Amino acid sequence: MTDVKTIEIQVLRYRPEQENEPVWQSYSVPYTEDMSVLQGLQHIKDDIDGTLSFRWSCRMAICGSCGMMVNGKPHLSCQTFLRDLLPGPVRIEALAHFPIERDLVVSVDKFVEKLESIKPYIIPKEARELAQGEYLQTPAQLEQFEQFASCINCMLCYSACPQFGLDPDFIGPGVLALLHRYNADSRDGGSKERMEIINAQEGVWSCTAVGYCSEVCPKHVDPANAVNQNKMNSAKDYFLRFLSPKGAAK
Amino acid sequence: MSSNTSARRPYVRSMRGWWRRDRFFMVYMARELTAFAVLLYSVVLMVGVVRLSQGEAAWNGWLAALRSPWSVLVHLVFLLSMAVHAKSWFEIMPKTMPAMFIGGKRVAALTITRAGWAVTVLASIALLALACWGQS
Amino acid sequence: MKRSNSPIFWLLFGAGGMLAALFGTALVYITGVAVPLNFTPSSEMMNYTRIHAFAQHWIGKGFLFAVIALFAWHAVHRILCSLHDVGIHKTLGVKLLCYGCAMAITLVSAVSLLSLGF
Repeated sequence: MTDVKTIEIQVLRYRPEQENEPVWQSYSVPYTEDMSVLQGLQHIKDDIDGTLSFRWSCRMAICGSCGMMVNGKPHLSCQTFLRDLLPGPVRIEALAHFPIERDLVVSVDKFVEKLESIKPYIIPKEARELAQGEYLQTPAQLEQFEQFASCINCMLCYSACPQFGLDPDFIGPGVLALLHRYNADSRDGGSKERMEIINAQEGVWSCTAVGYCSEVCPKHVDPANAVNQNKMNSAKDYFLRFLSPKGAAK
Repeated sequence: MSSNTSARRPYVRSMRGWWRRDRFFMVYMARELTAFAVLLYSVVLMVGVVRLSQGEAAWNGWLAALRSPWSVLVHLVFLLSMAVHAKSWFEIMPKTMPAMFIGGKRVAALTITRAGWAVTVLASIALLALACWGQS
Repeated sequence: MKRSNSPIFWLLFGAGGMLAALFGTALVYITGVAVPLNFTPSSEMMNYTRIHAFAQHWIGKGFLFAVIALFAWHAVHRILCSLHDVGIHKTLGVKLLCYGCAMAITLVSAVSLLSLGF
C-alpha cells in the first residue's frame, strides 16, 4: 500500500457559544495533487470534525460563496489548490475585515445592504415603447462596462481593501464597481441618482488607490479602476454642479 | 430560546499593524511615504525663494547649506523617493481613466504607464537642458 | 449621505503629484546633487543673478510657485491619508494642521516670489 500523503490545515475556529475569541485548530488531511482548499475543508467536515462551518456552493469559482483567507491572502477556496501550498501548514481564516459569525462564516448583512443601495439595475434614460425595439450597442460601448458586470460578489476585494477594514461604512470596491457597471452602460440614465453615493466620504473618497482589490479579484473586474474613474466624475460634479440650471445631485 | 434572542456574537478582528500583514501593503506604505520627501523638498525650495528675496548674501548662504554633505545625503534620499513616486504615479494613472480606444483597439494600462514614464524622461532631459542653457 | 469636500484637495493632490512625477526627480538632482557636487558644465548655474532673473520672469515665477505650492498640497493630502491609515483620524484639528502647513508654504512662497518684482 502506498504512503498516504497528508498536509496540515490550520483553521481559525470561532464558536460564539463556547469561546470569546477565535482559536487555531490543526487538522491532518490526506492529500492528492488535484485537491482544492475547499476539498480539504470538506474532508475535515465529513471525516474529522463535523462542527467546522464554512460557506461554499458551486465549487467552480462562479457563485462567490467560498471566499476566505488562505495563508493571509483572500482566495476562493474552490480555486486554490493544496499542491501550490506545499509543504504546508495551510492557515485558513475567515475573510478579513468582516466580523466573524462562526469559524469561516462572516457577516454579509452590511454588504448586501450596500448592494441594494446603489440601484443595481438599468434605469432607462427615457420611457421606451416595445415597438422601439432593442437597444443597440457598439463593441466599444460594451467594453466600457462589461468587465464590471463580471463581479460574483465574493467580497475578496473587501478583504483586500485596508480602507474598508479601517472604515466598514466605506461602500467598498465591489459595490462601487457594480455601481459603475450601470453608470457606464450606454442604456442607463441613472447616473444622477447614484451620484449621491459616489460623492460621499463613504463613496469613492475613502479610496486611497491601494489597488489590492484588483489584484485579488478572481474575475478580473478591476474595481480599483471603477472607483478611481469616479473620483474624476465626482470632482466634476462637485465643481460643475453650480452651472447646471437644475443643479447636480444634492 | 425565545424568538427575540439571537446566538449571534460576531467577532471583530483588530486592524492594528494591518500594513505589516502583506507585502503588497508594505509596498503601498513605502509609496505613501514618498510624500514626506515631496513635502520637505518643497520646504527646501520655499526657503530658497525666501533667501532669494532677501538678497545675494542670503541666497549664497542657502546654496552653501545645499553643499553640505548632510544636505547631499538627504537629497539623495529625496531623489530615490521622487523616483519611487514617479514610477508608482504612472502605475496608478491608468486606474483613474475610463477605457480608451485607438484604432478600435483598447489601450492597455501598461501602455499608458509607459507613456507616462517616457514623458517623465523627456521632461527631465528638457529641465536639465534648460538648466544648462548658456553654460559651458 | 453627506457630500464630501475631498474633491478640492484631491485635485490639488493630483496636480501636485503630476508635477512631482514629471519634474521632481530632475529638480532634486539638479538642485540637491548636481550643483552642490559640481557635476555641471559651469559652477554658476545657480548663482544669484541667474536665478534672480529666472524668478523675476513671469514664467520662472509661475513655475517656482507651482512647484513649491502644488508639491506641498500633494504631500500634505497624502500624509493626511497615511495618518488615517495608521490610526490617526482625520479630525478637524489634524486636517487644519496638515492643510494649514500647505497653506503656509503657499503663502510664504507667494509673498517672497512677488516681492522679487517682475
